[in-house]
Order: sequence, then structure tokens, then C-alpha cells
Amino acid sequence: MSTFEIVMVAIVAAICGMGSVLDEGQTHRPLIACTLIGLVLGDIKTGIILGGTLELMALGWMNVGASMAPDAALASVVSTILVIVGHQSIGAGIAVAIPIAAAGQVLTIFVRTITVFFQHLADKYAESSNFRGIELCHFIALLLQGLRVALPAVLVAVAAETGLVTSLLNSIPEVVTRGLQIAGGFIVVVGYAMVINMMSARYLMPFFFLGFVVAAFTGINLVGFGIVGAVLAILYIQLNPKYNAQSAAVEEIDEL
Amino acid sequence: MEDKKLTKKDINSMFVRSWFLLGSFNFERMQSIGFCVTLIPAIKRLYSKKEDQKEALKRHLEFFNTQPFISAPIMGVTAAMEEQKANGQPIDNATISGVKVGLMGPLAGVGDPIYWGTLRPVLAALGASIALTGSIVGPLLFFLLFNVCRLATKWYGLKYGYEKGTEIVSDMSGNRLRKLTESASILGLFVMGALVSKWTSINVPLVVSKYTGADGKEVITTVQMILDQLMPGLLPLLLTFLCMKLLKKKVNAIALIFALFAVGIIGYALGVLA
Repeated sequence: MSTFEIVMVAIVAAICGMGSVLDEGQTHRPLIACTLIGLVLGDIKTGIILGGTLELMALGWMNVGASMAPDAALASVVSTILVIVGHQSIGAGIAVAIPIAAAGQVLTIFVRTITVFFQHLADKYAESSNFRGIELCHFIALLLQGLRVALPAVLVAVAAETGLVTSLLNSIPEVVTRGLQIAGGFIVVVGYAMVINMMSARYLMPFFFLGFVVAAFTGINLVGFGIVGAVLAILYIQLNPKYNAQSAAVEEIDEL
Repeated sequence: MEDKKLTKKDINSMFVRSWFLLGSFNFERMQSIGFCVTLIPAIKRLYSKKEDQKEALKRHLEFFNTQPFISAPIMGVTAAMEEQKANGQPIDNATISGVKVGLMGPLAGVGDPIYWGTLRPVLAALGASIALTGSIVGPLLFFLLFNVCRLATKWYGLKYGYEKGTEIVSDMSGNRLRKLTESASILGLFVMGALVSKWTSINVPLVVSKYTGADGKEVITTVQMILDQLMPGLLPLLLTFLCMKLLKKKVNAIALIFALFAVGIIGYALGVLA
């Protein structure tokens, strides 16, 4: 790997790391992060396919309230490096992604605790109405979140090339890698379960079953499902008495 | 005395700053510094006295946490209230904090299911399905569509919040937000149902019966074939329900994922899964 490539990996990894705390541009999602690392390492196609696979696994990973999702950014970046630089199969990439995401979560907790320090520094700057100081606190904390992914990524990139990581991964027995790939086929349900739980409206569950049955017996694609779902939602709102009480009252007045 | 008013430039600057709301997220006051940094252009414009600036900065370093896109209308409302305050309206610290805190919970309750529960999973699943074929269209589609929705929400949310000012608070009691939340949940659940059926693969190749048919070919019936005749996707559905139950019992998602990996490995070793 050239110095240029290592620098590019560090920059992209930092962008993904910042993305995972900001949750704005979604650069931390596997679909984007794996693609970008693939691009930097000269094998964008592998990056895209790995990204798509990991994205499906991470579908339900989200930061809601104070809760924290597993670290998709670190998992995506490191597993893509291993697959492309370390010449691993996509299956092996998927297999290592989950433990890395768990490790990344620990790192994230660590950095989010460190930033408490910046919070108190910002309080101090507020006392002297120091605008620039508060802004600095904010963006240095963001930079730390970038380094959180960039440093491990560079370490792995360098180690992967020496074959150290590769020989380590090759020593994993076939039962494990194949079993992990099989599990990859249904591990998505954890994500689905998280999303459904979050919406947690039991009385709306018939729509879930409707979607399930229609998908089981037809070949409609996801865009079609989106349209049908939107139509159902609009109909439900229009027909629901709890939203029509007011207009019914208006009609009564009109009749009088 | 001339009324103090935010300029278009201030609003634009707040819009861009709001993209970094979560930059310094911490476990003590969460998005507090990010909110303060977003409000800085307004504070600079509205307060010239150091003492007033200090008060305003402290006001916005209080605990704050909401869904990041839906934070924009709150920032708009807050800016409008700061503007009224700077022009001598009797608005005290507690009113501004009260509105912020009062809005952040309910709006997060609307924003989380819409953006994290519906928009992102649907667009990501769409993008991922295209990406699996190796096509760049997958990631591009996801990135562009998601960010268009995000920026539109933030831009119009900020403007709406600022223009509506405190009116937005009374608007909240109306049915509009509830309708929006409920529609998003319906759409999300419907698509999620389809995903469970279509995008999970469990294959149980255990052979139930094996006999040689009339044409001399061997006919094999597996557990999976029987299940598929009953209802395609039945196992993923049951597994989803099991996960929902466990998650509700506060089982860690990572632990659950590891457990499913174990199921995959053991299942493969025993020949139950393929």
C-alpha cells in the first residue's frame, strides 16, 4: 500500500467516523463507507457489494435518544480493508464486521465520555462570552470522533498487508466461516425487530402482517411496496374516526 | 430604537451549523454544545452587550437532545424567541428553556420513527438491493435521496420554526403531528413486513422423506419445502417475533446478534441449516 493510499484511507475513515456521531450525511452507513474505502483502495465493486450486504445487517442500527447503535463506521471501514487489502472473501468480511462493530461501540462510549470535558470547557468560555472557544470545543470533539475510526483503520491497513491479519483469519475453521455466512442470511431480523419495536404501535401491526403476506405471495419490488404502503397510510388517516370527529362536527353545524 | 432582526445570512449560517449538531455529543448534556454553536450567529446579531451574550450562551448550553433533523424547527423557534427577547419582550430564561425542552421530546417522538424507523431503512434496503449486484447506483441512490430529504427537512424546518415563532407550540396540540407519525408507522411496518418475508433466508435442508418416483427420479422432501408450502418466510417471521420479545426484555442487540451467529454455526455443523 502506498503512502498516498494510507493517507486516503485515514481521511475517508475519519469522515465515516465523524458521520457516525453526526448521523447527518450517513457516511457511516456500510453502503457509503464500504463504497468509499473500496474506491480509495481501487476495488470499488467489492466495496459496493460488501456495503450492500452489511447495510442489510445494520438496517435497524440507530441512535435513538441516548441509546447507541453498534459502530457501523469502524466495522465497514475495517472489514472492507481486510477484504480488499487482506484478500479475504466477502463472507470473512461479514464475519469480522460484527465483533468490530461491538469493539467500535466501546470506543464510541469512551470518546463520548471524554467530550464531557469539552462540555465543561464550553461552560467556562460562555462565562467570558468567548464564541470562538465554544466553537473550538465543538469541532475538536468532532475531530476526536473522526480519529476514533481513522487510527484503527490505518493500523489494520498496515497489518493486513504484512499478511499478519490474513494468516490469522485463514486459521478460522470452515464450520465457523460458513456458519457465519448462513447466520448472515437471517441476522437482519434483529434489525427489523428493533425498528418494529421502536414504532411499537400494536394496533398498527395488521399492516406489518399485510406487508408480509403480500411479499410472500407476490413479486412486487420495494418501490411498489413503498407506494402501496403510502396509499394504505393515507387511506387509514382519511377513514379513521379519531381524525374525523372535528369535520363531522363541522358538517353537523352546516346542516343546522 | 430600531428592532433587532436576524438577517437571511444569519439563518443560512444557522442552517449550515445545524449539520454539526451532534459533533460534540456527550453523556452529560448530549447535544448542548451543538445547539449553542448553531445559535451563535443569532446571539451575535441580537445581543451586543457582553453580559447579554453570556446569558444567552449559558442558556443554550443546557441539556438538549432530539432527533437531529427535527431539531431545525426547534432552533428556528428558539431564534424567534431570542429575537423577541432582544427587542424587549418579557421573555425570561425559563420560557425559552421550557419551549426547547417541551418541543425536543415530542418532536423526537415524531422524527425518530419517520427518519430512523422508516426513511432510512427503506432507502437503505433499496440501495443495498441494488448494491448487491455491484452497481454504484445503489450507494448513490441512497446517499442522494436521503440527503435531499434531510436537507429539505432542516431548511424548511428552520424557516418554519423561525416564522412561526411561539405559535408552533399551540400547533403541536393539533392532530397534524400525530397523523404524520401514524402514517410513517404504517408505511414502515408495511415495508418491514415485506422485508422480513423477502430479504431473510433460512434454509432447513433436513430430509423428511425420500422415495423413488414413477419416473425413476428420486423425490426428496425437506423440512424447508413443507414450510414453504405452508407459508413462505414463516421461520424469519417467527424469528423476528422472538427478537422483538427479547429486545423488549432489554436483551442487548449485540448479544442477540452473537447468539444468532452461534445458531448459524451450530446449525451448519449439525446439518440443520444450510
